[in-house]
Amino acid sequence: MPGEHFVVAPGWTWFILLYFFFAGISGGAYVIGTMLRLWGNPADLAASRLAFIVSFPLLLICPILLTIDLGQPARFWHMLVDAGSGALTFKAYSPMSLGVWGLTLFGLFGFVMFLAAVGEGGYLRWRILAGAGRVMGSALGKVFMVIGAIFAFFVAAYTGVLLAVSNQPVWSDTWTLGGLFLASGLSGAAATILLLSRGRREAALTEGKLMEADRYFIILELVLIALFLITLGGVVSKVLGGGWIILWLVVLVGTLVPLVAEWRPTLVRQLPPVVVPVLVLVGVLALRAVIIFSAQA
Amino acid sequence: MAQPVGFFTDTTLCIGCKACEVACKEWNGLPSNPLEFKGSYDNTGQLDHANWRHVRFVEQAGTSQDKPIAWSMMSDVCKHCANASCLEVCPTNAIVRTEFDTVFIQQDVCNGCRDCISACPYGVIGFNSNTGTAQKCTFCYDRLQNNLKPACATACPTQSIKFGPLDEMRKTAAARLDTLHQQGMSQARIYGNQEYGGLHALFLITDKPETYSLPSTESAVLPSRNNIPSYLTATVTAVVAAVAGLIAFRRRGEAKI
Repeated sequence: MPGEHFVVAPGWTWFILLYFFFAGISGGAYVIGTMLRLWGNPADLAASRLAFIVSFPLLLICPILLTIDLGQPARFWHMLVDAGSGALTFKAYSPMSLGVWGLTLFGLFGFVMFLAAVGEGGYLRWRILAGAGRVMGSALGKVFMVIGAIFAFFVAAYTGVLLAVSNQPVWSDTWTLGGLFLASGLSGAAATILLLSRGRREAALTEGKLMEADRYFIILELVLIALFLITLGGVVSKVLGGGWIILWLVVLVGTLVPLVAEWRPTLVRQLPPVVVPVLVLVGVLALRAVIIFSAQA
Repeated sequence: MAQPVGFFTDTTLCIGCKACEVACKEWNGLPSNPLEFKGSYDNTGQLDHANWRHVRFVEQAGTSQDKPIAWSMMSDVCKHCANASCLEVCPTNAIVRTEFDTVFIQQDVCNGCRDCISACPYGVIGFNSNTGTAQKCTFCYDRLQNNLKPACATACPTQSIKFGPLDEMRKTAAARLDTLHQQGMSQARIYGNQEYGGLHALFLITDKPETYSLPSTESAVLPSRNNIPSYLTATVTAVVAAVAGLIAFRRRGEAKI
Protein backbone atom coordinates (compact mmCIF):
# COMPACT_ATOMS: atom_id res chain seq x y z
CA MET A 1 0.00 0.00 0.00
CA PRO A 2 1.52 3.34 -1.00
CA GLY A 3 2.49 5.62 1.88
CA GLU A 4 0.24 8.56 2.58
CA HIS A 5 2.08 11.82 2.16
CA PHE A 6 0.95 15.43 2.16
CA VAL A 7 3.17 16.75 -0.58
CA VAL A 8 2.73 19.96 -2.55
CA ALA A 9 3.06 19.77 -6.33
CA PRO A 10 6.41 21.11 -7.58
CA GLY A 11 4.79 22.86 -10.52
CA TRP A 12 6.71 20.96 -13.19
CA THR A 13 4.72 21.57 -16.34
CA TRP A 14 5.32 22.25 -20.03
CA PHE A 15 9.08 22.83 -20.07
CA ILE A 16 9.64 19.65 -18.07
CA LEU A 17 7.23 17.72 -20.28
CA LEU A 18 9.09 18.80 -23.41
CA TYR A 19 12.43 18.12 -21.74
CA PHE A 20 11.38 14.57 -20.86
CA PHE A 21 10.11 14.10 -24.43
CA PHE A 22 13.28 15.29 -26.16
CA ALA A 23 15.61 13.54 -23.67
CA GLY A 24 13.81 10.25 -24.37
CA ILE A 25 14.05 10.62 -28.13
CA SER A 26 17.64 11.90 -28.10
CA GLY A 27 18.84 9.04 -25.89
CA GLY A 28 16.77 6.53 -27.83
CA ALA A 29 18.10 7.73 -31.19
CA TYR A 30 21.71 7.37 -30.04
CA VAL A 31 21.01 3.84 -28.80
CA ILE A 32 19.35 2.89 -32.10
CA GLY A 33 22.22 4.42 -34.07
CA THR A 34 24.67 2.34 -32.04
CA MET A 35 22.67 -0.89 -32.37
CA LEU A 36 22.32 -0.44 -36.14
CA ARG A 37 26.06 0.05 -36.47
CA LEU A 38 26.94 -2.89 -34.22
CA TRP A 39 24.51 -5.44 -35.52
CA GLY A 40 23.26 -4.14 -38.86
CA ASN A 41 24.21 -4.43 -42.54
CA PRO A 42 26.22 -1.89 -44.53
CA ALA A 43 22.86 -0.79 -45.88
CA ASP A 44 21.89 0.34 -42.35
CA LEU A 45 24.77 2.81 -42.10
CA ALA A 46 22.68 5.64 -43.52
CA ALA A 47 19.91 5.15 -40.95
CA SER A 48 22.53 4.90 -38.20
CA ARG A 49 24.07 8.20 -39.32
CA LEU A 50 20.62 9.76 -39.34
CA ALA A 51 20.05 8.54 -35.77
CA PHE A 52 23.25 10.19 -34.52
CA ILE A 53 22.55 13.36 -36.50
CA VAL A 54 19.07 13.60 -34.95
CA SER A 55 20.17 12.73 -31.41
CA PHE A 56 22.54 15.61 -30.72
CA PRO A 57 20.39 18.61 -31.78
CA LEU A 58 17.48 17.19 -29.74
CA LEU A 59 19.82 16.82 -26.79
CA LEU A 60 20.84 20.48 -27.13
CA ILE A 61 17.24 21.53 -26.54
CA CYS A 62 17.19 19.74 -23.17
CA PRO A 63 19.42 22.01 -21.05
CA ILE A 64 17.69 25.03 -22.57
CA LEU A 65 14.29 23.75 -21.41
CA LEU A 66 15.66 22.78 -18.00
CA THR A 67 17.25 26.18 -17.50
CA ILE A 68 14.15 28.11 -18.54
CA ASP A 69 12.13 26.10 -16.02
CA LEU A 70 14.37 27.10 -13.11
CA GLY A 71 13.25 29.90 -10.80
CA GLN A 72 16.78 31.31 -11.09
CA PRO A 73 18.01 30.33 -14.57
CA ALA A 74 21.33 32.16 -14.11
CA ARG A 75 22.16 29.72 -11.34
CA PHE A 76 21.94 26.63 -13.54
CA TRP A 77 25.64 25.99 -12.94
CA HIS A 78 24.93 25.38 -9.24
CA MET A 79 23.84 21.91 -10.36
CA LEU A 80 27.42 21.20 -11.43
CA VAL A 81 29.59 23.33 -9.17
CA ASP A 82 29.09 24.04 -5.47
CA ALA A 83 28.48 27.77 -5.19
CA GLY A 84 30.25 27.92 -1.83
CA SER A 85 33.31 25.74 -2.16
CA GLY A 86 33.77 25.67 -5.92
CA ALA A 87 33.98 21.88 -5.82
CA LEU A 88 31.97 19.75 -8.19
CA THR A 89 28.42 19.03 -6.99
CA PHE A 90 27.51 15.38 -7.27
CA LYS A 91 24.94 13.42 -5.31
CA ALA A 92 24.59 9.83 -6.47
CA TYR A 93 21.26 9.38 -4.66
CA SER A 94 19.72 12.55 -6.18
CA PRO A 95 18.53 11.67 -9.72
CA MET A 96 18.48 15.37 -10.63
CA SER A 97 22.15 15.71 -9.72
CA LEU A 98 23.02 12.46 -11.45
CA GLY A 99 20.88 13.46 -14.44
CA VAL A 100 22.66 16.77 -14.99
CA TRP A 101 26.00 14.95 -15.07
CA GLY A 102 24.50 12.28 -17.31
CA LEU A 103 23.28 14.94 -19.73
CA THR A 104 26.67 16.66 -19.75
CA LEU A 105 28.61 13.46 -20.43
CA PHE A 106 26.08 12.19 -22.95
CA GLY A 107 26.41 15.57 -24.63
CA LEU A 108 30.11 14.91 -25.18
CA PHE A 109 29.50 11.49 -26.73
CA GLY A 110 26.52 12.76 -28.71
CA PHE A 111 28.55 15.65 -30.10
CA VAL A 112 31.46 13.45 -31.20
CA MET A 113 29.12 10.92 -32.82
CA PHE A 114 27.19 13.75 -34.48
CA LEU A 115 30.39 15.09 -36.02
CA ALA A 116 31.52 11.61 -37.02
CA ALA A 117 28.16 10.89 -38.69
CA VAL A 118 28.23 14.24 -40.47
CA GLY A 119 31.78 13.53 -41.65
CA GLU A 120 31.04 9.97 -42.71
CA GLY A 121 27.97 11.04 -44.62
CA GLY A 122 29.96 13.74 -46.39
CA TYR A 123 27.63 16.51 -45.24
CA LEU A 124 30.61 18.59 -44.14
CA ARG A 125 33.85 18.20 -46.01
CA TRP A 126 36.19 19.32 -43.23
CA ARG A 127 39.62 17.77 -43.22
CA ILE A 128 39.28 16.81 -39.56
CA LEU A 129 36.18 14.77 -40.37
CA ALA A 130 37.71 13.02 -43.38
CA GLY A 131 38.48 9.73 -41.64
CA ALA A 132 35.37 9.77 -39.45
CA GLY A 133 33.80 6.69 -41.02
CA ARG A 134 36.97 4.66 -40.61
CA VAL A 135 37.35 5.73 -36.96
CA MET A 136 33.71 4.90 -36.21
CA GLY A 137 34.20 1.42 -37.62
CA SER A 138 37.38 0.76 -35.62
CA ALA A 139 37.37 -1.17 -32.33
CA LEU A 140 38.14 2.03 -30.42
CA GLY A 141 35.32 3.83 -32.18
CA LYS A 142 32.92 1.05 -31.28
CA VAL A 143 33.99 1.11 -27.62
CA PHE A 144 33.49 4.87 -27.57
CA MET A 145 30.08 4.50 -29.20
CA VAL A 146 28.96 1.81 -26.73
CA ILE A 147 30.06 3.84 -23.70
CA GLY A 148 28.02 6.71 -25.12
CA ALA A 149 25.07 4.34 -25.52
CA ILE A 150 25.18 3.60 -21.78
CA PHE A 151 24.83 7.34 -21.10
CA ALA A 152 22.11 7.49 -23.78
CA PHE A 153 20.15 4.73 -22.03
CA PHE A 154 20.59 6.63 -18.79
CA VAL A 155 19.38 9.97 -20.18
CA ALA A 156 16.30 8.36 -21.70
CA ALA A 157 15.46 6.52 -18.46
CA TYR A 158 16.51 8.72 -15.54
CA THR A 159 13.69 11.23 -16.08
CA GLY A 160 11.29 8.53 -14.87
CA VAL A 161 13.54 7.76 -11.90
CA LEU A 162 13.62 11.49 -11.11
CA LEU A 163 9.85 11.49 -10.70
CA ALA A 164 9.88 8.29 -8.64
CA VAL A 165 12.52 9.54 -6.21
CA SER A 166 10.13 11.92 -4.49
CA ASN A 167 7.22 11.64 -2.13
CA GLN A 168 4.68 12.77 -4.74
CA PRO A 169 1.63 10.50 -4.96
CA VAL A 170 1.65 8.37 -8.14
CA TRP A 171 5.30 9.08 -9.02
CA SER A 172 6.70 7.67 -5.79
CA ASP A 173 4.21 4.81 -5.62
CA THR A 174 5.71 2.85 -8.53
CA TRP A 175 9.10 1.50 -9.59
CA THR A 176 8.20 1.35 -13.28
CA LEU A 177 8.74 4.92 -14.51
CA GLY A 178 12.45 4.65 -15.38
CA GLY A 179 11.82 1.61 -17.57
CA LEU A 180 8.60 3.00 -18.99
CA PHE A 181 10.16 6.29 -20.10
CA LEU A 182 13.08 4.38 -21.62
CA ALA A 183 10.84 2.03 -23.63
CA SER A 184 8.68 4.91 -24.76
CA GLY A 185 11.74 7.02 -25.63
CA LEU A 186 13.15 4.21 -27.78
CA SER A 187 9.83 3.82 -29.55
CA GLY A 188 9.66 7.59 -30.15
CA ALA A 189 13.24 7.56 -31.45
CA ALA A 190 12.51 4.72 -33.90
CA ALA A 191 9.47 6.67 -35.10
CA THR A 192 11.53 9.87 -35.50
CA ILE A 193 14.17 8.07 -37.58
CA LEU A 194 11.44 6.43 -39.68
CA LEU A 195 9.80 9.80 -40.21
CA LEU A 196 13.04 11.49 -41.26
CA SER A 197 14.19 8.61 -43.46
CA ARG A 198 11.09 8.87 -45.69
CA GLY A 199 12.71 11.32 -48.05
CA ARG A 200 16.14 9.66 -47.98
CA ARG A 201 16.48 6.66 -50.23
CA GLU A 202 19.55 5.22 -48.46
CA ALA A 203 18.14 5.49 -44.94
CA ALA A 204 14.79 4.11 -46.09
CA LEU A 205 16.50 0.74 -46.70
CA THR A 206 16.39 0.18 -42.94
CA GLU A 207 12.68 0.99 -42.69
CA GLY A 208 11.60 -2.61 -42.16
CA LYS A 209 14.10 -3.15 -39.35
CA LEU A 210 13.12 0.08 -37.64
CA MET A 211 9.46 -0.89 -37.82
CA GLU A 212 10.25 -4.27 -36.33
CA ALA A 213 12.28 -2.68 -33.53
CA ASP A 214 9.54 -0.16 -32.85
CA ARG A 215 7.07 -3.02 -32.56
CA TYR A 216 9.18 -4.61 -29.81
CA PHE A 217 9.67 -1.27 -28.04
CA ILE A 218 5.91 -0.64 -28.11
CA ILE A 219 5.21 -4.09 -26.66
CA LEU A 220 7.75 -3.38 -23.91
CA GLU A 221 6.10 -0.02 -23.31
CA LEU A 222 2.62 -1.58 -23.07
CA VAL A 223 3.86 -4.16 -20.56
CA LEU A 224 5.38 -1.38 -18.46
CA ILE A 225 2.20 0.72 -18.71
CA ALA A 226 0.26 -2.25 -17.34
CA LEU A 227 2.80 -2.70 -14.53
CA PHE A 228 2.67 1.04 -13.84
CA LEU A 229 -1.11 0.97 -13.38
CA ILE A 230 -1.00 -2.23 -11.30
CA THR A 231 1.70 -0.95 -8.95
CA LEU A 232 -0.24 2.25 -8.24
CA GLY A 233 -2.85 0.29 -6.28
CA GLY A 234 -5.44 2.63 -4.78
CA VAL A 235 -3.81 5.74 -6.27
CA VAL A 236 -4.60 4.56 -9.80
CA SER A 237 -7.81 6.62 -9.84
CA LYS A 238 -5.68 9.76 -9.75
CA VAL A 239 -4.19 8.97 -13.17
CA LEU A 240 -7.24 7.36 -14.76
CA GLY A 241 -9.97 9.57 -13.35
CA GLY A 242 -11.40 12.80 -14.67
CA GLY A 243 -10.24 14.05 -18.02
CA TRP A 244 -6.95 12.13 -17.88
CA ILE A 245 -8.61 9.19 -19.58
CA ILE A 246 -8.53 11.23 -22.82
CA LEU A 247 -4.74 11.39 -22.69
CA TRP A 248 -4.62 7.64 -21.99
CA LEU A 249 -6.74 7.10 -25.09
CA VAL A 250 -4.18 9.11 -27.06
CA VAL A 251 -1.46 6.88 -25.56
CA LEU A 252 -3.42 3.79 -26.61
CA VAL A 253 -3.93 5.11 -30.14
CA GLY A 254 -0.23 6.01 -30.25
CA THR A 255 0.78 2.47 -29.34
CA LEU A 256 -1.90 0.09 -30.61
CA VAL A 257 -2.45 1.64 -34.05
CA PRO A 258 1.30 1.64 -34.89
CA LEU A 259 1.55 -1.90 -33.51
CA VAL A 260 -1.24 -3.12 -35.79
CA ALA A 261 0.08 -1.05 -38.69
CA GLU A 262 3.57 -2.47 -38.40
CA TRP A 263 2.37 -6.03 -37.87
CA ARG A 264 -0.44 -6.10 -40.40
CA PRO A 265 0.39 -3.36 -42.95
CA THR A 266 -2.52 -4.37 -45.16
CA LEU A 267 -4.99 -3.15 -42.53
CA VAL A 268 -3.74 0.43 -42.59
CA ARG A 269 -2.35 0.66 -46.11
CA GLN A 270 -4.70 3.48 -46.91
CA LEU A 271 -3.04 5.75 -44.34
CA PRO A 272 -0.31 8.14 -45.50
CA PRO A 273 3.07 6.73 -44.39
CA VAL A 274 3.84 9.59 -42.01
CA VAL A 275 0.73 8.93 -39.92
CA VAL A 276 2.08 5.96 -37.97
CA PRO A 277 5.35 7.58 -36.78
CA VAL A 278 3.46 10.78 -35.94
CA LEU A 279 0.96 8.76 -33.89
CA VAL A 280 3.84 7.14 -32.01
CA LEU A 281 5.37 10.54 -31.21
CA VAL A 282 2.03 11.97 -30.07
CA GLY A 283 1.59 8.89 -27.86
CA VAL A 284 5.06 9.34 -26.35
CA LEU A 285 4.24 12.96 -25.53
CA ALA A 286 0.79 12.08 -24.13
CA LEU A 287 2.23 9.36 -21.89
CA ARG A 288 4.62 11.80 -20.27
CA ALA A 289 1.93 14.48 -20.06
CA VAL A 290 -0.58 12.27 -18.26
CA ILE A 291 2.03 11.05 -15.77
CA ILE A 292 3.47 14.50 -15.09
CA PHE A 293 0.21 16.45 -14.91
CA SER A 294 -2.19 13.98 -13.26
CA ALA A 295 0.06 13.49 -10.23
CA GLN A 296 0.22 17.23 -9.66
CA ALA A 297 -3.48 17.95 -10.16
CA MET B 1 29.47 23.35 18.21
CA ALA B 2 26.01 24.53 19.09
CA GLN B 3 23.68 21.90 20.45
CA PRO B 4 20.71 20.54 18.44
CA VAL B 5 17.55 22.52 19.07
CA GLY B 6 13.91 21.57 18.79
CA PHE B 7 10.31 22.71 19.01
CA PHE B 8 7.73 20.90 21.08
CA THR B 9 4.22 21.88 20.00
CA ASP B 10 1.50 20.75 22.40
CA THR B 11 -1.74 20.81 20.41
CA THR B 12 -3.83 20.46 23.58
CA LEU B 13 -2.71 23.96 24.59
CA CYS B 14 -3.19 25.64 21.20
CA ILE B 15 -6.12 28.08 21.09
CA GLY B 16 -5.75 28.96 17.41
CA CYS B 17 -4.88 32.63 18.01
CA LYS B 18 -2.28 32.58 15.21
CA ALA B 19 0.09 34.80 17.18
CA CYS B 20 2.87 32.45 16.05
CA GLU B 21 1.99 33.02 12.39
CA VAL B 22 1.99 36.79 12.85
CA ALA B 23 5.27 36.79 14.78
CA CYS B 24 6.87 34.61 12.10
CA LYS B 25 5.72 36.93 9.33
CA GLU B 26 6.84 40.01 11.27
CA TRP B 27 10.32 38.73 12.03
CA ASN B 28 10.99 37.17 8.65
CA GLY B 29 9.37 39.93 6.60
CA LEU B 30 6.91 37.57 4.92
CA PRO B 31 3.98 39.02 2.96
CA SER B 32 0.47 38.94 4.40
CA ASN B 33 -2.10 36.52 3.06
CA PRO B 34 -4.90 37.65 0.74
CA LEU B 35 -8.13 38.48 2.58
CA GLU B 36 -10.41 35.71 1.45
CA PHE B 37 -12.72 33.23 3.13
CA LYS B 38 -11.58 29.66 2.61
CA GLY B 39 -14.68 28.02 4.11
CA SER B 40 -13.01 27.62 7.49
CA TYR B 41 -11.60 29.71 10.32
CA ASP B 42 -8.31 28.28 9.09
CA ASN B 43 -7.90 31.19 6.70
CA THR B 44 -4.17 30.63 6.15
CA GLY B 45 -4.70 27.38 4.30
CA GLN B 46 -1.30 25.74 4.30
CA LEU B 47 2.41 26.12 4.81
CA ASP B 48 4.13 27.66 1.80
CA HIS B 49 6.79 30.17 0.78
CA ALA B 50 4.99 32.97 2.63
CA ASN B 51 3.62 30.96 5.58
CA TRP B 52 6.34 29.30 7.61
CA ARG B 53 4.01 28.72 10.56
CA HIS B 54 0.44 27.63 9.99
CA VAL B 55 -2.15 27.03 12.68
CA ARG B 56 -4.07 24.10 11.29
CA PHE B 57 -7.75 24.01 12.29
CA VAL B 58 -8.68 20.35 12.16
CA GLU B 59 -12.47 20.29 11.98
CA GLN B 60 -14.21 17.04 12.90
CA ALA B 61 -17.77 16.01 13.76
CA GLY B 62 -18.64 16.99 17.32
CA THR B 63 -19.88 14.80 20.11
CA SER B 64 -23.37 16.29 20.56
CA GLN B 65 -25.90 18.66 19.03
CA ASP B 66 -24.64 21.43 21.31
CA LYS B 67 -21.13 20.83 19.99
CA PRO B 68 -21.58 20.06 16.29
CA ILE B 69 -17.91 20.66 15.47
CA ALA B 70 -14.84 19.57 17.36
CA TRP B 71 -11.69 21.50 16.61
CA SER B 72 -8.15 20.34 17.07
CA MET B 73 -5.62 23.06 16.51
CA MET B 74 -2.01 22.50 15.66
CA SER B 75 0.62 25.10 14.90
CA ASP B 76 2.41 23.39 12.04
CA VAL B 77 5.95 24.13 10.92
CA CYS B 78 8.91 22.60 9.09
CA LYS B 79 9.94 19.47 10.96
CA HIS B 80 13.70 19.92 10.35
CA CYS B 81 13.92 16.12 9.97
CA ALA B 82 17.11 14.32 11.01
CA ASN B 83 16.87 12.44 7.70
CA ALA B 84 15.43 15.19 5.53
CA SER B 85 13.84 14.30 2.18
CA CYS B 86 14.44 17.83 0.83
CA LEU B 87 18.12 17.80 1.71
CA GLU B 88 18.48 14.36 0.17
CA VAL B 89 17.25 15.34 -3.30
CA CYS B 90 18.57 18.94 -3.51
CA PRO B 91 20.97 18.89 -6.49
CA THR B 92 22.72 22.19 -5.72
CA ASN B 93 23.56 21.74 -2.03
CA ALA B 94 21.40 24.80 -1.38
CA ILE B 95 19.73 22.91 1.45
CA VAL B 96 22.15 22.41 4.32
CA ARG B 97 22.15 21.32 7.94
CA THR B 98 23.14 24.11 10.31
CA GLU B 99 25.25 23.97 13.45
CA PHE B 100 21.94 23.74 15.37
CA ASP B 101 21.09 20.55 13.41
CA THR B 102 18.24 22.36 11.65
CA VAL B 103 17.56 22.32 7.89
CA PHE B 104 18.17 25.60 6.06
CA ILE B 105 17.69 26.67 2.43
CA GLN B 106 20.46 29.02 1.32
CA GLN B 107 18.60 31.60 -0.72
CA ASP B 108 21.70 32.69 -2.63
CA VAL B 109 22.40 29.12 -3.77
CA CYS B 110 18.92 27.73 -4.53
CA ASN B 111 18.17 27.85 -8.26
CA GLY B 112 14.47 27.07 -7.98
CA CYS B 113 14.46 23.55 -9.46
CA ARG B 114 11.69 22.60 -6.99
CA ASP B 115 12.87 19.02 -6.49
CA CYS B 116 12.67 19.59 -2.72
CA ILE B 117 8.99 20.51 -3.02
CA SER B 118 8.13 17.15 -4.56
CA ALA B 119 10.19 15.40 -1.87
CA CYS B 120 8.90 17.00 1.36
CA PRO B 121 6.23 14.64 2.75
CA TYR B 122 4.82 17.39 4.96
CA GLY B 123 4.16 19.91 2.17
CA VAL B 124 6.28 22.46 3.98
CA ILE B 125 8.31 24.05 1.18
CA GLY B 126 6.83 26.59 -1.22
CA PHE B 127 8.16 28.24 -4.36
CA ASN B 128 8.46 32.02 -4.25
CA SER B 129 7.96 33.24 -7.80
CA ASN B 130 9.34 36.68 -6.88
CA THR B 131 12.70 35.39 -5.70
CA GLY B 132 12.65 32.29 -7.90
CA THR B 133 13.64 30.11 -4.96
CA ALA B 134 12.19 27.52 -2.60
CA GLN B 135 11.41 28.83 0.87
CA LYS B 136 10.43 27.48 4.27
CA CYS B 137 10.93 27.98 7.99
CA THR B 138 14.55 28.79 8.85
CA PHE B 139 14.02 27.96 12.54
CA CYS B 140 14.82 31.67 12.90
CA TYR B 141 18.45 30.87 12.15
CA ASP B 142 19.44 34.50 12.60
CA ARG B 143 17.83 34.60 16.05
CA LEU B 144 19.45 31.30 17.08
CA GLN B 145 22.85 32.72 16.15
CA ASN B 146 22.13 35.56 18.55
CA ASN B 147 20.88 33.34 21.39
CA LEU B 148 17.26 34.31 20.84
CA LYS B 149 14.24 32.01 20.78
CA PRO B 150 12.45 31.65 17.42
CA ALA B 151 9.78 34.31 16.96
CA CYS B 152 6.86 31.85 17.03
CA ALA B 153 7.85 30.27 20.35
CA THR B 154 8.45 33.72 21.82
CA ALA B 155 5.00 34.97 20.82
CA CYS B 156 2.91 31.90 21.73
CA PRO B 157 0.67 33.09 24.62
CA THR B 158 -0.27 29.59 25.88
CA GLN B 159 3.18 28.02 25.62
CA SER B 160 1.78 25.52 23.15
CA ILE B 161 5.04 26.07 21.24
CA LYS B 162 8.07 25.34 23.35
CA PHE B 163 11.65 25.75 22.24
CA GLY B 164 14.92 24.46 23.65
CA PRO B 165 17.65 21.86 23.28
CA LEU B 166 16.23 18.85 21.43
CA ASP B 167 16.95 16.38 24.28
CA GLU B 168 15.18 18.68 26.69
CA MET B 169 12.19 18.98 24.36
CA ARG B 170 11.94 15.19 24.13
CA LYS B 171 11.90 14.94 27.94
CA THR B 172 9.30 17.73 28.20
CA ALA B 173 7.13 15.98 25.61
CA ALA B 174 7.39 12.62 27.40
CA ALA B 175 6.49 14.19 30.75
CA ARG B 176 3.48 16.00 29.26
CA LEU B 177 2.32 12.78 27.61
CA ASP B 178 2.51 10.97 30.97
CA THR B 179 0.41 13.69 32.56
CA LEU B 180 -2.27 13.49 29.87
CA HIS B 181 -2.34 9.68 30.02
CA GLN B 182 -2.80 9.89 33.80
CA GLN B 183 -5.69 12.29 33.22
CA GLY B 184 -7.36 9.67 31.04
CA MET B 185 -6.44 11.12 27.63
CA SER B 186 -5.26 7.75 26.38
CA GLN B 187 -5.35 8.74 22.69
CA ALA B 188 -2.62 11.37 23.19
CA ARG B 189 0.71 10.56 21.53
CA ILE B 190 3.98 12.18 20.59
CA TYR B 191 4.70 12.55 16.87
CA GLY B 192 8.29 12.99 15.78
CA ASN B 193 10.42 10.71 17.91
CA GLN B 194 10.77 8.01 15.23
CA GLU B 195 9.74 9.58 11.94
CA TYR B 196 12.59 10.49 9.57
CA GLY B 197 15.24 9.65 12.13
CA GLY B 198 13.63 11.97 14.66
CA LEU B 199 12.13 15.37 13.97
CA HIS B 200 13.30 18.65 15.38
CA ALA B 201 9.66 19.67 15.71
CA LEU B 202 7.81 17.31 18.05
CA PHE B 203 4.05 17.38 18.32
CA LEU B 204 1.71 16.17 21.02
CA ILE B 205 -1.40 15.11 19.16
CA THR B 206 -4.68 13.56 20.28
CA ASP B 207 -5.63 11.65 17.15
CA LYS B 208 -3.89 9.62 14.50
CA PRO B 209 -1.18 11.56 12.60
CA GLU B 210 -3.09 11.62 9.29
CA THR B 211 -5.80 13.72 10.96
CA TYR B 212 -3.21 16.49 11.24
CA SER B 213 -1.86 15.88 7.72
CA LEU B 214 1.17 14.11 9.13
CA PRO B 215 2.26 10.83 7.48
CA SER B 216 2.11 7.83 9.80
CA THR B 217 5.34 6.35 11.11
CA GLU B 218 5.10 3.56 8.50
CA SER B 219 4.56 6.10 5.70
CA ALA B 220 7.45 8.33 6.81
CA VAL B 221 9.86 7.13 4.11
CA LEU B 222 12.60 8.89 2.18
CA PRO B 223 12.54 9.50 -1.61
CA SER B 224 15.79 7.56 -2.01
CA ARG B 225 13.89 4.32 -1.27
CA ASN B 226 12.88 4.35 -4.94
CA ASN B 227 16.39 4.74 -6.37
CA ILE B 228 17.39 1.08 -6.56
CA PRO B 229 14.05 -0.40 -7.75
CA SER B 230 13.64 2.34 -10.37
CA TYR B 231 17.17 2.07 -11.76
CA LEU B 232 16.86 -1.71 -11.67
CA THR B 233 13.68 -1.59 -13.76
CA ALA B 234 15.37 0.80 -16.18
CA THR B 235 18.38 -1.52 -16.45
CA VAL B 236 16.22 -4.59 -17.12
CA THR B 237 14.29 -2.56 -19.72
CA ALA B 238 17.58 -1.50 -21.33
CA VAL B 239 18.75 -5.11 -21.55
CA VAL B 240 15.42 -6.28 -23.02
CA ALA B 241 15.50 -3.35 -25.49
CA ALA B 242 19.06 -4.25 -26.50
CA VAL B 243 17.98 -7.84 -27.15
CA ALA B 244 15.00 -6.52 -29.15
CA GLY B 245 17.42 -4.35 -31.12
CA LEU B 246 19.69 -7.31 -31.75
CA ILE B 247 16.76 -9.32 -33.12
CA ALA B 248 15.43 -6.45 -35.24
CA PHE B 249 18.72 -5.07 -36.57
CA ARG B 250 20.75 -8.28 -36.92
CA ARG B 251 22.58 -8.98 -40.17
CA ARG B 252 20.55 -11.03 -42.53
CA GLY B 253 22.90 -12.89 -44.81
CA GLU B 254 24.86 -9.82 -45.85
CA ALA B 255 28.31 -8.55 -45.14
CA LYS B 256 29.13 -7.18 -41.71
CA ILE B 257 29.56 -3.42 -41.41
